[in-house]
Amino acid sequence: MSEVLVQVDHLKKYFPITGGVFQRTVGHVKAVDDISFRIHKGESFGLVGESGCGKSTIGRTILRLTDKTEGTVLFKGQDLHSIAKEELRRLRPKLQIVFQDPFSSLNPRIRIGHAIGEALFDHGVTNPKIVRERVLETMNICGLAPYQYDRYPHEFSGGQRQRIGIARALIMNPEFVVADEPVSALDVSIQAQIINLLSDLQRDKQLTYLFISHDLSVVEHLCDRVGVMYLGSMVEQAKKEELFSNPLHPYTKALMSAIPIPDPTLKRERIVLQGDIPSPANPPSGCKFHTRCPMATDLCKQQIPEYRDVGNEHFVACHYV
Amino acid sequence: MAKDLVEFRNLETHFQTPAGTVKAVNNVSFKIREGETLCVVGESGCGKSVTAMSLMGLIESPPGKIVGGQILFEDRDLLKLSKRDLSLIRGKEISMIFQEPMSSLNPVLTIGEQISEPLILHMLMDRKTAKKRAIELINMVGIPRAEKIFDSYPHELSGGMRQRIMIAIALSCDPKLLIADEPTTALDVTIQAQILDLMRDIKKQLNTSIMLITHDLGVVAEMADYVVVMYAGKVIEEAPVLELFKNPQHPYTKGLLKAKPIINQVQERLYSIPGQVPNPIELGNNCHFHDRCESCMDICKVKAPPFRAHDNAEHKSACWLYEEEREVL
Repeated sequence: MSEVLVQVDHLKKYFPITGGVFQRTVGHVKAVDDISFRIHKGESFGLVGESGCGKSTIGRTILRLTDKTEGTVLFKGQDLHSIAKEELRRLRPKLQIVFQDPFSSLNPRIRIGHAIGEALFDHGVTNPKIVRERVLETMNICGLAPYQYDRYPHEFSGGQRQRIGIARALIMNPEFVVADEPVSALDVSIQAQIINLLSDLQRDKQLTYLFISHDLSVVEHLCDRVGVMYLGSMVEQAKKEELFSNPLHPYTKALMSAIPIPDPTLKRERIVLQGDIPSPANPPSGCKFHTRCPMATDLCKQQIPEYRDVGNEHFVACHYV
Repeated sequence: MAKDLVEFRNLETHFQTPAGTVKAVNNVSFKIREGETLCVVGESGCGKSVTAMSLMGLIESPPGKIVGGQILFEDRDLLKLSKRDLSLIRGKEISMIFQEPMSSLNPVLTIGEQISEPLILHMLMDRKTAKKRAIELINMVGIPRAEKIFDSYPHELSGGMRQRIMIAIALSCDPKLLIADEPTTALDVTIQAQILDLMRDIKKQLNTSIMLITHDLGVVAEMADYVVVMYAGKVIEEAPVLELFKNPQHPYTKGLLKAKPIINQVQERLYSIPGQVPNPIELGNNCHFHDRCESCMDICKVKAPPFRAHDNAEHKSACWLYEEEREVL
């Protein structure tokens, strides 16, 4: 297997909850609670889970867009959270992110050609001619036409704005791209275009992705390995083929069976989970999933299940696997 | 066959914008039968919500205006009713749930007050009976501790619970038609599965007709009896659900079905419909899908195809591919 590009070990990110007159810390939201995984060069790692499970926080913490609470993130062996800011800045071109909402992530007053080329200026390419050339080249790769260089964001549709977001991330020739729900805000016909664009770019530029999504079918299409998160913890992780053909954790099974399949002739057993996702500020004891798990026992309420390898690089955290 | 409950006849809802007229709903006709779930499917801006809003009399004027057509509800034209008569039907015989349950509940009233309101208004109950019925309804939509929820405020509930409360309010007066506008889009998949199950149970128990608006073909396959596909303000295909998924006719419907990644069916490359939805301002009188269509012919660019049945009387579509006469005159 190829070398490890990103290595995350026991990463924790807690957000303080303040209260009272003096705004003292009265508790913590454990958004990311002791998570470890590796992303190999050239692969795309999918992170799935429902809202509030901490998947976006992981993406941001890996890139040090927010500070960690504990743990380490190694990029090519360098700890991103302990290197100096200046050194991190030099690494930034290699680490990029694409956001979910293409409407709020673009400045409405900046022409998109400039928005895409901005990072080049910041990182030392100052010849306007070269910048323009590079921007046009990247726009072309991302399916944008040259005449759109001088347009403003409001003149674009959602799918095109997402292409702009991808172009902004790609202009620096990154090695590692965090894609945080890049297709969730898009219509089906546009979603397919963006998914294809992302997989073409990966093939042509040997990109490594951390692909964050709530949609298992999109992740299955695009990713090589998949991690499933619930309330800040990783509950299962495996190669795509393995995970989708042999899901082990009850939560993964429920998540898969909950996805509506566009085939009206299909009759299947559906596991409908009872109840809502508990608050991450006050997660249940033991296995965090026990409040909704159809097979929970007393053991699950008391003891945290170990996250372990059950063979074939398939990791799962459940007492009954 | 069941009776028709609602019939849209050549409905035209237009919006005036500084840039020109937007024909958000352009000559739309279809029927909803009693006890049937009809799904309206399409992408953003195709006019599916505006169709439902027209039925509910919720089009803000200006800028919007219903400029033509009829909406028959049990043979009465809703568009001709006075405001007073319409408000007797709305909320009682036809009720609606929306995509975002937080913004459709009043944050300063308790859940109980909001469920009781239509009961007192339409069913002429007193407060005590209304409370009893409200608690029954909260239980019916599967929320435990109904008495406690009755006195809670919307912010104390999760998204899934709020949507259940919206359904309870919508069902409070035993409506004949429930309109659900993307009821699960803002929810997580496991919660979506709960809400869809609930809606199916309700239909079975109460025999309510449901008009379900969605962009998700997976939801359509699970819920619908009959499907209407819209594109750029027009109905381009309609059929019973099994027929539509088995033999889609319109190239747009075919494209939509192929473009969606399906779990446990990995394709090397996703099919994608090229281009994007046309600008809705001042669309011409042609097939609005022509510039994205693989089988576009000359006639598609200049003339709108008729919407009619081809082989199967129940399956209608609007596409020149199925017409004999295709010459440009």
